[in-house]
Amino acid sequence: MPSLKELSKEKESLSGGHRLCAGCGASIVARQVLLTAPKPLVVTCATGCLEVATTIFPYTAWEMPWMHSAFENAAATCSGIESAYQSLKKQGTLPVDANINFITFGGDGGTYDIGLQSLSGAMERGHKMLYVCYNNQAYMNTGIQRSSATPKGGFTTTSPVGKVKPGKEQSRKDLTEIMVAHNIPYVAQAVVGDWRDLTTKVQKALSKDGPSFINVLTPCRLGWGCAPEKTLDIGRLAADTCFWPLYEVEEGVYKLTHKPKEKKPIIKLLKLQDRFKHLFKKGNEALLAEIQEDIDKKWKKLLFLCGEKSE
Amino acid sequence: MSDEKKGWKELPIGAILEAGTAKNYKTGDWRHIRPIWNKEKCIQCLRCWIYCPDSSIIIKDGKVDGIDLDHCKGCGICAAECPVKPVKAITMVSEKEIK
Ligand SMILES: Cc1ncc(C[n+]2csc(CCOP(=O)(O)OP(=O)(O)O)c2C)c(N)n1
Ligand code: SF4
Ligand code: SF4
Repeated sequence: MPSLKELSKEKESLSGGHRLCAGCGASIVARQVLLTAPKPLVVTCATGCLEVATTIFPYTAWEMPWMHSAFENAAATCSGIESAYQSLKKQGTLPVDANINFITFGGDGGTYDIGLQSLSGAMERGHKMLYVCYNNQAYMNTGIQRSSATPKGGFTTTSPVGKVKPGKEQSRKDLTEIMVAHNIPYVAQAVVGDWRDLTTKVQKALSKDGPSFINVLTPCRLGWGCAPEKTLDIGRLAADTCFWPLYEVEEGVYKLTHKPKEKKPIIKLLKLQDRFKHLFKKGNEALLAEIQEDIDKKWKKLLFLCGEKSE
Repeated sequence: MSDEKKGWKELPIGAILEAGTAKNYKTGDWRHIRPIWNKEKCIQCLRCWIYCPDSSIIIKDGKVDGIDLDHCKGCGICAAECPVKPVKAITMVSEKEIK
């Protein structure tokens, strides 16, 4: 586990002057991942707020070699670069001890939906790379459209709220578990408000001789309708309500990395976000109860997988 | 337009070749509230620094040394995270008040 004192001696990895909204969680995640990762680094990024806002021509906020090619192929781009690197080492063009780390960032749209095949391929082929999904649970850069990561009952412009519909009707996809099913050395869930947990996971992920994946829940003030200074509190509350449990699967072994002292009711988290405002209106009581039930069920299953006692 | 298509070797390089140039772009004027850092109260826990989304907490020799107002957008995260009690070492003040 790195200390803040140590991390603060690292060269800044993401410069100020990018155009993400004030209080956006995406750059907090990216900065913490980049500061922790052993250098040198090569980074690729899927289309999305993090990419668009950090690389408005002729500016870039990234302090390392960085590449964006398209929305759907960030993992393929990274795996291609990693393959070229392995080949150059074999050919003797690069020294055998050139320890370059490869990282890809993608939003949930770019990871859960549109880039899923390229991510799956890269993980299955076994490239030594870390894929970080900064998951704000919708396509934010194009104005808040639903993705398969959007939770049930959440408002987006394509899962609207009105007389007929109460926001998104389907449950969110469990991508973390899909990644576990790829049998890669390291998979984890993290959140933007716990730097210690996230940076420890990044260190573990990059110490593996193969692919790794971290799914980081990241509030978006615009899409979630929340105050910018609440970004981290909302993240931590997501962990404490078990809406977003913090856990890891290392070489197939499940482990909880944060066990809430007291599991908080989901309404505490929902109340801080405008995207769930309608759930507190008359007529949506059943849906609210269903959301809590879904969370309880999944939490119970996770406790079992982690070898923890059921509550 | 010329009929002759350029080969990949003749195409101009489509990249920004210098890293971290965004720092030449100022986002400080987005701010409507400003973080004021009190050096005497600060316990150097570095929480503000690790959580600032705009890399705007200035660090010198492993210690907080001020705030980069050219880039700080005034999100208030640093003040929210500061653990010093009862008065925090970073407080947010309206830009209007400062002017
Ligand atoms: C193939 C393709 N389809 C659509 C777009 C338009 N587009 C650009 S950014 C974006 C949203 C990205 O959403 P997400 O991956 O969740 O990241 P976020 O913006 O939320 O950070 C979309 C749909 C595109 N650039 N390329
Ligand atoms: S729209 Fe959301 S994800 Fe995009 S920059 Fe703003 S806060 Fe960040
Ligand atoms: S107000 Fe926000 S952007 Fe400004 S220094 Fe504090 S955390 Fe950084």
